[in-house]
Parts: sequence; structure tokens; C-alpha cells
Amino acid sequence: MGKYMATHLSAAETRPRHKRVLPGLSLSLGTSLLFISLILLLPMSGLVMQSVDMGWDRYWQVISDERVVASYKVTLWAALIASVFNGFFGLLLAWVLVRYEFPGRRILDALVDLPFALPTAVAGITLATLYAQNGWYGEILESLGLKVAYTPWGIVLAMAFTSIPFVVRTVQPVLEELSPEEEEAGMTLGASDWSVFRRVIFPALWPALMTGIALSFTRSLGEFGAVIFIAGNMPYVSEITSLMIFVSLQEFDFPAASAIASVVLMASLVLLFAINIWQARYLRRLHGRS
Amino acid sequence: MSSSKHSSSQLRVGDSPLIKWLLIGLTLFLTTILLVVPLIAIFQQAFVEGAAHYFNSLIEADTLHAIGLTLVVAALTVPINLVFGVMLAWAVTRFEFPGRKILMTLMDIPFAVSPVVAGLLYLLLYGNNGWIGSWLYDQDIQLMFAWPGIVMVTVFVTCPFVARELIPLMQQQGREDEEAAVILGASGWQLFRRVTLPNIKWALIYGVILTNARAVGEFGAVSVVSGNIRGETNTLPLLVQAQYEDYQAAAAFASASLLAMIALLTLLLKAFIEWRQERSLKIEAEKERQVTQ
Amino acid sequence: MSILIENISKHFGHFQALSPLSLDINEGEMIGLLGPSGSGKTTLLRIIAGLEGADTGHIQFGDRDVTNLHVRDRRVGFVFQNYALFRHMTVADNVAFGLAVLPRKERPSPTEIKNRVMHLLEMVQLEHLASRFPSQLSGGQKQRIALARALATQPEVLLLDEPFGALDAKVRKELRRWLRGLHDELGFTSVFVTHDQEEALELSDRVVVMSNGHIEQIDQPGALYASPNSRFVFDFLGNANVFEGKVENNKWHNQQASIVLPNGAEQKDGQLYIRSHEFFVSKEPTAQANLPLRVIAINPIGAEVRLELTPIDWQSNDVWEIDLPHKAFDKNCFEKGQTLYVTPKAGYFFAHDAQQPVLLNWETEKAKTTEKA
Repeated sequence: MGKYMATHLSAAETRPRHKRVLPGLSLSLGTSLLFISLILLLPMSGLVMQSVDMGWDRYWQVISDERVVASYKVTLWAALIASVFNGFFGLLLAWVLVRYEFPGRRILDALVDLPFALPTAVAGITLATLYAQNGWYGEILESLGLKVAYTPWGIVLAMAFTSIPFVVRTVQPVLEELSPEEEEAGMTLGASDWSVFRRVIFPALWPALMTGIALSFTRSLGEFGAVIFIAGNMPYVSEITSLMIFVSLQEFDFPAASAIASVVLMASLVLLFAINIWQARYLRRLHGRS
Repeated sequence: MSSSKHSSSQLRVGDSPLIKWLLIGLTLFLTTILLVVPLIAIFQQAFVEGAAHYFNSLIEADTLHAIGLTLVVAALTVPINLVFGVMLAWAVTRFEFPGRKILMTLMDIPFAVSPVVAGLLYLLLYGNNGWIGSWLYDQDIQLMFAWPGIVMVTVFVTCPFVARELIPLMQQQGREDEEAAVILGASGWQLFRRVTLPNIKWALIYGVILTNARAVGEFGAVSVVSGNIRGETNTLPLLVQAQYEDYQAAAAFASASLLAMIALLTLLLKAFIEWRQERSLKIEAEKERQVTQ
Repeated sequence: MSILIENISKHFGHFQALSPLSLDINEGEMIGLLGPSGSGKTTLLRIIAGLEGADTGHIQFGDRDVTNLHVRDRRVGFVFQNYALFRHMTVADNVAFGLAVLPRKERPSPTEIKNRVMHLLEMVQLEHLASRFPSQLSGGQKQRIALARALATQPEVLLLDEPFGALDAKVRKELRRWLRGLHDELGFTSVFVTHDQEEALELSDRVVVMSNGHIEQIDQPGALYASPNSRFVFDFLGNANVFEGKVENNKWHNQQASIVLPNGAEQKDGQLYIRSHEFFVSKEPTAQANLPLRVIAINPIGAEVRLELTPIDWQSNDVWEIDLPHKAFDKNCFEKGQTLYVTPKAGYFFAHDAQQPVLLNWETEKAKTTEKA
């Protein structure tokens, strides 16, 4: 591909008039660029201007405010726990869906996408109701002396719920395409099932699993609708960063909202680029420079 | 021994019955607790005060208005993102140009950005204090805290879905079919309609379904720019929140049940599309097998 | 270690992959399973390895009944068609795998493993690639690494599935010779699957020809070539031209063409199989045969020239191929489109009612000591 691209480009340079066989480059690329500029890049300029306007001291004061810092911690921890849980649960789901044939497999497969399809507000009120003191789960947990709703664990729960599909849907195709031969090779060499899983299958799934967990983490950091209903939103304890932005906005404190949002935005962009770069590097190692 | 395996008796890791049923059991247990029970609870809570109350709360003026607004938002968002998604997918899979990878990464931004931040971005730019917003204000055009703002943020939040479905498929299919069509003298539009479209049809429909589901259900971004004016700028998810916070739980779940039904429909359509694709793949494989034998 | 296969059969759904078959493999022997795709050769190999279970029958390694033994306990070396190297491991880790997963009591120390891996890599002459990943290797290198990995645990049985299938002709030849050398040096028992007759004949001590899930013939390469015992084996070993003849007046006739029966041949209708080099070529019919053919292609191949011919005024399903030494070809200077006549020197006759062929020889005076099947 790389080689192909190189020759393609150099040929294009020497004879620019005939470089494209297929039509529609200017139309499709033009539309895409215009759209991305208007929808994505232009709005970001507003945030940058707002943040620049406020000056460094004020900016730093807002983003390092004690209550805001507490919200970073809660959000990060909750997202981390939720995505690690989803790493396990998602791997299990993907494995069961790909490897086994059993009644109801198709329904289970369809159900995995429920958290994507269900509006987050709906998920939020439902989870809050279920885990509230008098809810179905809340009662059971209460009798065990546990409390989930209106605590940071509620945040973890909501984040985990909304990001379940990420791990499943990134691991599933890789698991499907795993050649049985590598497993068989492991077995002919005397490895036990567990050894083959640990040494042959898992390393092959690892990049997809990490990608899924990272996506789940990114999504959890930004989750809002599902969380606010169940979190209880107590300052310093169960306020997430998105809520801090929202609260500032309701107070019409646009600069503060922008400052916090810029932190969140940068964090998610860094994560996004890191995931992309990491994936590209891993794929290159696996498939060679093709 | 086990009859289900007789088509392929290959040994695979984890196929011993004990491990197999243990894992399936654990999965079903967790899925039931985490996904199935909440889904049932939505409908149970919606009907907790009886069917009459359920239907009454659905035909309230505010609810009907919210349903209408939600449909309008989806009806505007989906076509916009459909066109954009196809254009972007065509550009990045059919041509090589500098910055192609960056373009693909940029497209993922809405996935990574918190919806509240997305809403804020639009509010800052198009709100009355923003540099475009203040100009619009002078022209007496109000985008934020009104339906156009809701559509704009929804477009932002849902813009990657169609392209994301199309790009891997179009990459895998390659350009040969289209190049052959060009050699045979097809025009751009003919090429797209007769060669490309039939190949990407199902992925396109799938992308549309996902876009629609998200457009209907978007909460965070919309709640920032809507201003929450009941009967005016409340979409269905916002109404759910408003009713829930007004201690009208049954009404909130009634509205939520509509959204849940859309979600279920989405899952059903998705399963159907996948089943269709699998079947056509199987038929093709079968044909190929018959030819080679 | 010797391998005893008794009454093994296997079906997939309604497809009978293997009819009950038996096979004895001696210690230190190299056996080639030869057949077209779908003949069951790979299934048989996988059953020997324990990667598939058989429906009936049993398998013995030496005195040990391994029929119900799991693949991991059979301790065979297996080389997969596409090598199945672990993509995420370096070459050294791939080779070390079989040692690293041994139970703790049997597992050599890490330094010992390292030494053994280096020794194996030296043996396959790839020690400089130890820290590479499989994606950075050529096909031939992957093949040798796969072999080193399979041999790391010192198995007494080595099974290879189309070991040279994905390689180009030159590398294939080289590796073939090298594998045979290794086999002779280390003395393990080998079974390999191939669809390439040349490979099977060159490499094996005995060749097992398979079709449709059963064994057609088991023989040493020389014997197999000299006396194929069925139409299938004849067809599959290739390069034979078939003359369909009706007997009349001590001649086989096919429309205008005819061949005189040699002394002692049975007066029956049937098919005459003649190998491409068992012919005289002339510009006129001979007393012994009248087989007019038109030259449609002339291909010099190595030491010989291959003529492709179509029958004139008689029927044959396939194009005829005849190999001539360059000398004979130059003497006649045939051209495309020209008509020529061929006369068989020897052939195999399948009467319509017979499964086994009869070897025929028109030059009985110069009779060699050819054994009959």
C-alpha cells in the first residue's frame, strides 16, 4: 500500500492532468472540509478565544479550584473503574458471543448495543430508580449495608452502563478473525487451554481490548446524562467535571465554563490522538510495513 | 457426542462443557442484571400508575410538542450527516491526499468530546456574546436557546456515525469496481448510484439508524443550548429530565418508554441488517463452493 | 516411532471425509500423503495429530494407543500450511514456546531454553533473525522457523501440512532437500501432505495416494511410477495420454486411428494409458500404430521439448502431450499446425471391466525386467 501510494503520487506529480481515475475528489473533499471547519473547528475557536480573553491567572484559578479539582478526581477514578470493569465484562461477552453457540445468542448480541441506542437520560433515571433506597436493587443492597445511588459508585455504575458496547465491539471482530491454526499450533506444542489463552489468544486480543477500554474511558469521562441522575451531585464528593461546566453555565459564568471545558477537551483530544497513534503502531508491527 | 459440533469437530480453547456453560451462565447473569432488568424497569415504572395515566401523560401538550420537536431535529440531522458521511467516506477511501489521516482523526472528535463541552462550544460561538452570535443578534437571528441550536449541536454530536460505518467497508471493497465503471464510461452520478451505492447500502442504512438513535436521544449537548423552555425547546430527553425532577416519575418514565421503544427498534433493525448481510455472505460462499467443486 | 492407523473414518455433516482406512508407518519413515483437494489427506494428517477426532478406529504410536489422547499430550510436531507462527512473538519466542509451556518439573531453565532455541535456529540457519517478528520474514524463512518450533520439543513424529505449498519453485526445491536431510539426520518419523506429485515422489520413502476419502495405493515412489494400480493414480501422477479403443482384428480402433495389440494382450475394449515420453514420432503411420495428430504448441522444457497435439479424425478428451529429447525434435523440425504420427513403445491397459491395469510392451525383444502389479 505504501509503495503503491508512493508510485501513485509520483505519477500524479508528473502528469497532474490525469492523476485521478475516479471522479468527485474536489466535491467530496471540499464538502468534507467545509463541513468539518464549520461544525468542528469553528466552534472550537470560540472556546480558545474565551479562554485567552480571561488571562492566565484567572484561568488557573478556575481550573485549580478545590471543588473543580475534586470533580476531576471523581470523574477520573469513576471512569477508570468503569472502563476496567468493562474490560473484563466486555471480553467475557465478546468471547461468549464469538466462541459459543447457545439459545438466545442473537438476542444477547443485539442487546449489547442497548446502552448506545438508549438515550442517556433514560438510562440515568432508570438506574437512579433501580438503585434508589426503595428500588429493586437498592433494597437488596441496603440490606447488605451497601449504597450505590447518590454516591461515587453510582457514577461508576452509570459510566459502566453507557460504555459497555465499546470493548465488546472492538474485541469481537478480532476474536472472530483469529485463525484457529495459531491455537492449534499452541496445542500441538503441548500447551494447556489456559496457556494457549494466556500466551497466544490474549496477546492477539490485547490491542483491541486496550483500544476498547480506552474508548470506554474516554466516553465515561464525558458522560453526563446518565450520571447526573444517580450521582447525587454533592460538592467535593460526587460531582463530575461535566456537571461543573453545566453549573457554571447556569450561573452565566461563561469564562469559568470555558476554562474547565478547555481542560476536558484537551484531555479527550490527547486521549483520542494517543489511541489512534497507538493503534497504528501496533498494526504496523503485526502486519509489517505493507 | 454433542450434536451441535458435528459440522466442525475442531478443538478450540475453552470448548470443554464445564468452562463453556460456566462462562455463558456468568455472562447471562451479568447481562440480565446490567441490561435486561433496567430495560424492563423502564416499562414497569411507566405503567406504575396504570395504563390510563400512561396514555394521559403521553398526550399532554408538552409531551406532544417534545415528540414533535424531537422528530424535527432527527429529520434535519439525519440527511445532513448522511450527505456529509458519504462525501467524507468517498474522499478518504477513494483518493490519497496529504492530511487524509488527520481528516479521519478529526472526524472522531465528536465521539471523544463530552456532550456538555460540545454544547458549550456552540453556545460560546453562536450565543449572544459570541463573535458570530452577537452579529446574528444584531440581525435579530436567535440560534441558541431555540430549535436551530438544538439541530446544530445534534449534527455535531452525530456527525461521525455514517462515515464510521462506511469507511472500513469502502476501504475493504477497494476501488476496482468503480475504476471498471469509469473505464466503461459511467458518469460520476451513474457510478455512485449503480456501482457504489448497492455495495454500501446496508452499511449506509445502519449508519442512518445509529445517527437517528443518537439524534433522538442526545441529552447533554442539547440541554446546554436549549434553554429548557417547556413546550418550546424541550426535546423528549429534556422533558424526561424535567418531569423526573418535578417528581412526576410515572410521566417521566412514560416519555422514557417512547425513547426506549425507539432504542429497541434500532436494535431490531440492526439485528435484521446483520442477519441479511450474513445470509448474503453465506449464499455467496455457497455459490462459490459449488463453482469450485 | 512407528504409527499404526486402523480403520479410521471421519465424516463432517453428510460429507464422508474418510472411509475406514488403515495405514502402517514404520519408525523413521517419511510418508507423503498425495491427493487432490477433498481427498481427505489433510483430515487424515489432523487425525494423526489429534486435531480432529476420528469417528471409528484407533491410532497407535509405537505401543501406545493414542486414539483418545488430547493433541497436547500426543507430543507430535506439526507444521501448518500457513505456518501459524505466533504473530506477536519474536522468532526466538516462537521457537521457545513448546519448551516454555512444559510443566514446571519438566521445563528446562531459562538459560537452557535460550541455548536450545539458539541451537535450533542454527540448525535452520536463521540464528540472525532471532529477535525479528514473523511479519518481517520471507515465506521460506517462516517455513524454517515453523519447523524449528515444531522440533523444539524433540517430537518423535513430525507432521507437515502442505509444507511447501506457499513457496516459489526455487525455494521449494531447496527446502525439500534440506528437510529430507534433517529427517535422515534426526531420525524422526515424518508424514507430510501434498498435492504435488513431484514433491511426493522426490521426498517420500513411501507415497500414499488418496482420493475421495480412501487410499488408492501405497508404494515406494519408483514402484508407484512403474505400476500405478488404478485409473485414478495414473491420472493423478499425470503426463499420460489416454487412447479409448475398441478391439477388432487384433487392433484397438478409435474412428480412423488404430493401434496393433502387442503379443499376449487380452482381446478386450478399454483404455490405453501412455506416458508422454513412451512414444516414437514419425511423419508417416507405422505398421504398429496409426495415430495422426496435429501440433498445436511447442514448448521447450528443460532437457526436452513438449509437443501439444490434437487428434485428427479420432476422439480424445484431452490434449495429448509428448516429450521429445532436443535431438529427436531437431531432427524432425516439427512446426505448429503440422501433422505427425506417434507410435507407443509401452503403455498400461485398463479393460472396461477391470480395476487393475496390465502393463503392455511393444518392444518385447528388448524386454526389461519390469514387474507387474
